[in-house]
Amino acid sequence: MAFLDRTARAIFFWEFLKSFGLSLRYFFAPKATVNYPFEKGPISPRFRGEHALRRYPNGEERCIACKLCEAVCPAQAITIEAEPRDDGSRRTTRYDIDMVKCIYCGLCQEACPVDAIVEGPNFEYSTETREELYYNKEKLLANGDRWERELARNLELDAPYR
Amino acid sequence: MPSRKLIVDSKEIEADDGLTLLQACELAGAEIPRFCYHERLSVAGNCRMCLVEWVGAPKPQASCALQVRDIFPNKDGTPAKINTKSDYVRKAREGVMEFLLINHPLDCPICDQGGECDLQDQALLYGRAAFHRFNENKRAVEDKHMGPLVKTIMTRCIQCTRCVRFATEVAGVPDLGATGRGEDMEITTYLEKAFASELSGNVVDLCPVGALTSKPYAFNARPWELGKTQSVDVMDAQGCNIRVDTRGPQVMRVLPRLNEAVNEEWIGDKTRHACDGLMRQRLDRPYVRKNGRLQPVSWGEAFTAIAKRVADTKPERMAAIVGDLAAAEEIKALKDLMTALGVVNLDCRQDGAKLTPASRQGYLFNTTIAGVEAADALLLIGSNPRWEAPVLNARLRKTWLNGNLTVANLGEPFDLTYPVEQLGSSLGVLEAVANCSHGFAQVLKDAKRPMLILGPGALARADGAAILKLAARIASDTGMIGPAGSAAEGGWNGFNVLHTAASRVAALDLGFVPGESGRDVAGIVDGAQKGEIDFIYLLGADEFDVGHLGRAFVVYQGSHGDAGAHNADVVLPGAAYTEKDGLYINFEGRVQLAERATFPPGEAREDWAILRALSDVLGRRLPYDSLAALRAALLRQYPHMGEIGTVPRQAGADPAVWEAIGSGGPLDVSLPLKNAIADYYLTNPIARASQTMALCSREFVGPAHKMAAE
Repeated sequence: MAFLDRTARAIFFWEFLKSFGLSLRYFFAPKATVNYPFEKGPISPRFRGEHALRRYPNGEERCIACKLCEAVCPAQAITIEAEPRDDGSRRTTRYDIDMVKCIYCGLCQEACPVDAIVEGPNFEYSTETREELYYNKEKLLANGDRWERELARNLELDAPYR
Repeated sequence: MPSRKLIVDSKEIEADDGLTLLQACELAGAEIPRFCYHERLSVAGNCRMCLVEWVGAPKPQASCALQVRDIFPNKDGTPAKINTKSDYVRKAREGVMEFLLINHPLDCPICDQGGECDLQDQALLYGRAAFHRFNENKRAVEDKHMGPLVKTIMTRCIQCTRCVRFATEVAGVPDLGATGRGEDMEITTYLEKAFASELSGNVVDLCPVGALTSKPYAFNARPWELGKTQSVDVMDAQGCNIRVDTRGPQVMRVLPRLNEAVNEEWIGDKTRHACDGLMRQRLDRPYVRKNGRLQPVSWGEAFTAIAKRVADTKPERMAAIVGDLAAAEEIKALKDLMTALGVVNLDCRQDGAKLTPASRQGYLFNTTIAGVEAADALLLIGSNPRWEAPVLNARLRKTWLNGNLTVANLGEPFDLTYPVEQLGSSLGVLEAVANCSHGFAQVLKDAKRPMLILGPGALARADGAAILKLAARIASDTGMIGPAGSAAEGGWNGFNVLHTAASRVAALDLGFVPGESGRDVAGIVDGAQKGEIDFIYLLGADEFDVGHLGRAFVVYQGSHGDAGAHNADVVLPGAAYTEKDGLYINFEGRVQLAERATFPPGEAREDWAILRALSDVLGRRLPYDSLAALRAALLRQYPHMGEIGTVPRQAGADPAVWEAIGSGGPLDVSLPLKNAIADYYLTNPIARASQTMALCSREFVGPAHKMAAE
């Protein structure tokens, strides 16, 4: 029987038809690739992309210069300097992240007691020069302002698991 | 002292009756958490964190307030059993911690104490992290004003009262206190006035939480990012042991280091807070005066300018003066260089103190700082220890508190924080004491261990040598020169000279004084004005009349752009005390080693290296190429400088030695004795460059203070 079966498949080009059928199915099936710059794949709320410093809704910056992120950073990519602001509150005068050193481990946002430093969903920030990747406080705050809606939503979605 | 047996955590120990149970437990190796208890302060027993279990007692016991003599053995005669690690103890301490945290704001991320906080550390051990049942409002307390050095966030206070006890007992300034009771208890300065003590900074170290923190250091750094270097203070001559905390190139703060023999664990405010002066007014490159203005030049150019001038000047028309902050190494290098050039006009006594290196006992604080605690009568002559050496003054106060120290002051009256009999400020009284016609001479004679302190106010006068001689006579006549030997062996020497310059004893040991027919500082200034001195080398010397050096060519080597540099023709940038390894000798004659914490800024170099390089250009090459070689040369010549940390042994009474101290001469009785220091906060170039010290000076010494006093 095995002989007959094999011969019949060979005569009727069964394997060929099967593979054509498969090709045809995928030809009409929805595409797995996305048209990248115009379309993007979904990412998790926990995605660790570009850093941002957030503000409170009233515009006050969240960061209180506790330096826990600086202490926890395994790549030592964060540099902070602080002094009392005019109103006596504790604020940074300098908050630098060397994005070249950063390994995107997310420990800084884990350490932050006020959700100030976060890694947002943005991963498209490649630059032409190295210097542009040395982020300072203005850049990070600007990131925060730009991405606040997404950042807040991600934190909210992740909150039940923290 | 009688002792008794205890069983602490199943380990049997024998503890002195005088100890507290907490100390006994520590002897047994148990660690007891505490907030209010401090070895150097009285026992308050109000934090309850040190609870232990005394098996059989109805309640947990506060071990800091329970003395060993009160612990009786069990009925069957076996020693009392103490548990420090049982579940019972743990539960008790967790309860205490829960109470402490009820009103504590838990703002550790913005608290400067974060990372070195006792409450934080102990909450880790005894806090109940997954458990809280306090949903009511927390207490909030208004912050208090405690002056320019202490920042207060009183909501964080746990009412341990360490600061209150420190102010009352150690500092002797009862400015702090507590009002209210229970939850309403607040630590306050009563009238919103600054905490007026030279030791106020120490309450920041004492505070176990972040209620009192350092104002100048506020939010500047976290303890974990600081590099720690052991060093020695140079702001006064006591040589307090300090730890210099640095971040990168900057000294962030200075903290005391424990040394029972010198500073216990206190330091003065100038020591602690003048460190911001290390970043200001710094000389970071050489300058040469051209057309009346100092122009930046290279090292080579500066050296050539000096060499040209030295070549044209005869040695007897040259002079060198050592300043107050120099280490022994550079004094030795300068002395070797000047000796090679044949210069005899050398001096280290900027204030004009009439001290000679002839007898070491004649310029040391012979009693030693720890030895002060054995004294029972004290005569201060032209000295204000509260400003000249605040930590020594705390020791004197401690002696007065512990025993029956009788203190008399001959000189300007000043609040020394302990009762002082004012003998007036006329030298006639000194003569009367010396002739035993004054009542206090009898007090000194009757005392078992009398001592006198001769301050710079008495020595830096035209008749200083005569006062010195008179003081030496009082010392030998009233039995101040006791048996030979170290303090532990019962040796005693009550003759003390109190210096204010950290370099002074080392410079006197090295013989940096006028040679044969040489001029002293007054002679050099006078000579420069008359045109008899043409070349003056200042090694960090700013404290004499620098503005009146006539047409003399002045070379200033030092760290700060102060009076000396402003009047110099060549400025060589040197290192401050945190920027070089150096040996310092304090007023007891104790040699101490300071380590480098940071590097000198810009082109500044270590001082001995500058002198070594200059000697090359002058053609008088000094025979050492490294600090180690220089130190080796120093130790060969002066072996006592190798005995780090020890004080000289008392030699005992030798009339010949005491006869030779000082020199006879008329006393200027019409001129009253004055205190040498006009402003504690501004005594040296580093302190004068410091903003914090300027603030303190305005608050505690300056016009604002005087107005407030009126």
